Amino acid sequence: MSAPDYFAFFGLEPKLSIDAAGLEERFYRLSRELHPDRFSRAAPDERAQAEQAAATLNDAYRTLRDPIARAEYFLRREGFEAPDGRKPPANLLEQVFETSQALEDLRGGDESARARLEEARVRMRVALTEGDARLRVLFEDYDRLGDRASLAGIRAWLDRRKYLGNLLVQIESEPARP
Amino acid sequence: MSQVFDIDFGDRKPAPVVGIDLGTTNSLVAFLDLTGPKVISGEDGERLVPSVVYRSPAGEILVGSPARRMLIDDPARTVYSVKRLMGRGLADVKKEASLFPFRIAPGSESLIRLELGERTFTPPEISAFILVELKRRAEAYLGQPITQAVITVPAYFNDAQRQATKDAGRIAGLEVLRLVNEPTAASLAYGLETRQDGIVAVYDLGGGTFDISILKLHVGIFEVLATNGDTHLGGDDIDDLLLRIGLEDAAHEWGEDLSHDGSFVQTLRRAVIDAKERLSLEPRATIDLEYQGRRYGREITREQFEDLIQDIVDRTIDPCWQCLKAAALTPEQIDEVVLVGGSTRIPMVRQAVESLFRKRPHTELNPDEVVALGAAVQAGILAGHVDDKLLLDVTPLSLGIENMGGVVSKLIHRNSTIPASATGVFTTAVDGQKNVLIHVLQGERELARDCRSLARFDLKDIEPLPAGAPRIEVKFLIDANGILSVTARDQRTGKEQSVEVKPSYGLTDKQVEAMIQESFERAEEDLRERQVREARVEADHILQAVEKAKADQAYLGLGEEERAAIGQAVNELLMVYQSEDHLLVRAHIEKLNQATLHLAELMMNTALKTALKGTKL
Repeated sequence: MSAPDYFAFFGLEPKLSIDAAGLEERFYRLSRELHPDRFSRAAPDERAQAEQAAATLNDAYRTLRDPIARAEYFLRREGFEAPDGRKPPANLLEQVFETSQALEDLRGGDESARARLEEARVRMRVALTEGDARLRVLFEDYDRLGDRASLAGIRAWLDRRKYLGNLLVQIESEPARP
Repeated sequence: MSQVFDIDFGDRKPAPVVGIDLGTTNSLVAFLDLTGPKVISGEDGERLVPSVVYRSPAGEILVGSPARRMLIDDPARTVYSVKRLMGRGLADVKKEASLFPFRIAPGSESLIRLELGERTFTPPEISAFILVELKRRAEAYLGQPITQAVITVPAYFNDAQRQATKDAGRIAGLEVLRLVNEPTAASLAYGLETRQDGIVAVYDLGGGTFDISILKLHVGIFEVLATNGDTHLGGDDIDDLLLRIGLEDAAHEWGEDLSHDGSFVQTLRRAVIDAKERLSLEPRATIDLEYQGRRYGREITREQFEDLIQDIVDRTIDPCWQCLKAAALTPEQIDEVVLVGGSTRIPMVRQAVESLFRKRPHTELNPDEVVALGAAVQAGILAGHVDDKLLLDVTPLSLGIENMGGVVSKLIHRNSTIPASATGVFTTAVDGQKNVLIHVLQGERELARDCRSLARFDLKDIEPLPAGAPRIEVKFLIDANGILSVTARDQRTGKEQSVEVKPSYGLTDKQVEAMIQESFERAEEDLRERQVREARVEADHILQAVEKAKADQAYLGLGEEERAAIGQAVNELLMVYQSEDHLLVRAHIEKLNQATLHLAELMMNTALKTALKGTKL
């Protein structure tokens, strides 16, 4: 009873780019068929099955509608390891060090670090936004050409963006000026 | 039933599923008929049943208004706001317990027990008393047994609180077909589906809880995008602020600390609530009471009141922003705002909502009733009477498991549409290990100690193998009620793996079973009591009808003898009215019924004539 393929569940070709409106339309249609509300007077067995099917539908929709979750799922299907975001991206190494230093200084009571931190935050946000824009292009390229090397590139970026995301959470959860 | 002047059409429909709002302060039951959802009134004509339970020294249980009256006379035997204790442990409620008059029994760390005289009751048992009263009302009104219900819960209720609500239903003899989140239910009641598409925010500030939900509407589908809230924020907190002022005043003026005098606290609480409610309509109100010959009065202006509650109102705003953020929306993108819960009558609350969402909120439906009405609509959906509407709700809190070092790894994130599931593979750490314990938590924090412990699942009878060799696949499923279930299987053999659940808070399945059993044992006694009460209600009904008929022209048209016979039957019924023998009461009801048959006939004719005359005009 392994989990069904999410793309197949929605009757879609496995692709990295997806038409969001079309996916939503299918989600609503399938919800009307599969939601446990429709089975409240069914036998317990059938009810449990409906609960499972609806859970799969919701899990699948949640995964496919989010580009990042969708790409991660796609990569796993293709046999890639899940991005873990443990290693800092090589091209941003310097900025990562600066940011860590600024965070440490600020926590040590050095208010002047706040400006440096804000600068780093903006830079990282921009890097994320630009990276995600590039990601969309990579998605389309892969869908067109099916070139496995570009999948490796996508995975590398997902890994990097995970690291950046974690770092941003740290910066943004730093309490504002007392 | 012998209903003299009512016409029985005799059509028996299948037993309806009712919708129940089991509130902190008041509870209601509603059902769906062809014209829409309706709240069912009790024999007293009241639609709200105060969520108060009283147990007399003789062991008799009173629920609702009669129980509320006992709060002043016998506060130690009376419980209110029990919803605040559902699915909670002692540590959770310590702070507020000081203001509750009832006593928490020793040993309530993971399951609270309340002392009501000689016996202790868990919160689900107390709630079950309220549910039984609502069930009784619905049965009396609909004239058929009710066995299935939809019950609403705050959207932000966690698994234990939901489970406790479901347990209460089972103890009350109700199959809970669905737990629905209160704000979502409210959106169903508002009939907003006339909008083909749109974004709706539901702001629900009740007696004890606050919820905010944001929904997307699409041709009859109500898709919750995000929800947030605070299960310990509501009108009760406002009452407590005013109560403290009153207690301080009393201590000052009368030189006496009355905060441990349960009867005084309850008298003050009533006065405070009255003043609070008046302040929603008037610029000033007085907290006014008399206690043991002494008088207390304090005028409060709306301005002072608003200063006092500012903090409480502010505490609702942050969850609103969190919710908007989770739904990836700005306030401008909200098309409609709906207000739910009695506390949204406070003008300051309305202003706060209006200035946050920049929209005048909907207030057309009674904020006390809208949740029950929505529950009735959901009941109609489940019963198959409504098929154009569908609610897609979310889980309010993330679900995770404790890993090495006390770190939580999240399996299902909050605001995921339910049902939702996740799978994890577990193995052993030691050679030959036969059990694996999985600690499941709910909450957003990273460390297990900061999250809410939900349960420990014990994977048992694992085949003894070298460490790391067994592969147990565990499936976590949050169902459409927002309640977790866990199944496991051995990946190598494909065999179902047994799982023992140890809930961290609340009742085990065995305990619920025992309570149901006990309620069966007491059922005989309850049934007798109930039959006596029903017979008296019926007697009231016919006595009133006869009294009213005496003023009718038809009565004057009766012969001397007939009138005497009616008079005698009335007297006889009055004489047996207080009897504990319901059959005797019923026999005399029937006798009076017979004596008035001719009268009923005459009245019917007069009514017909009047009606016919009417058509000529």
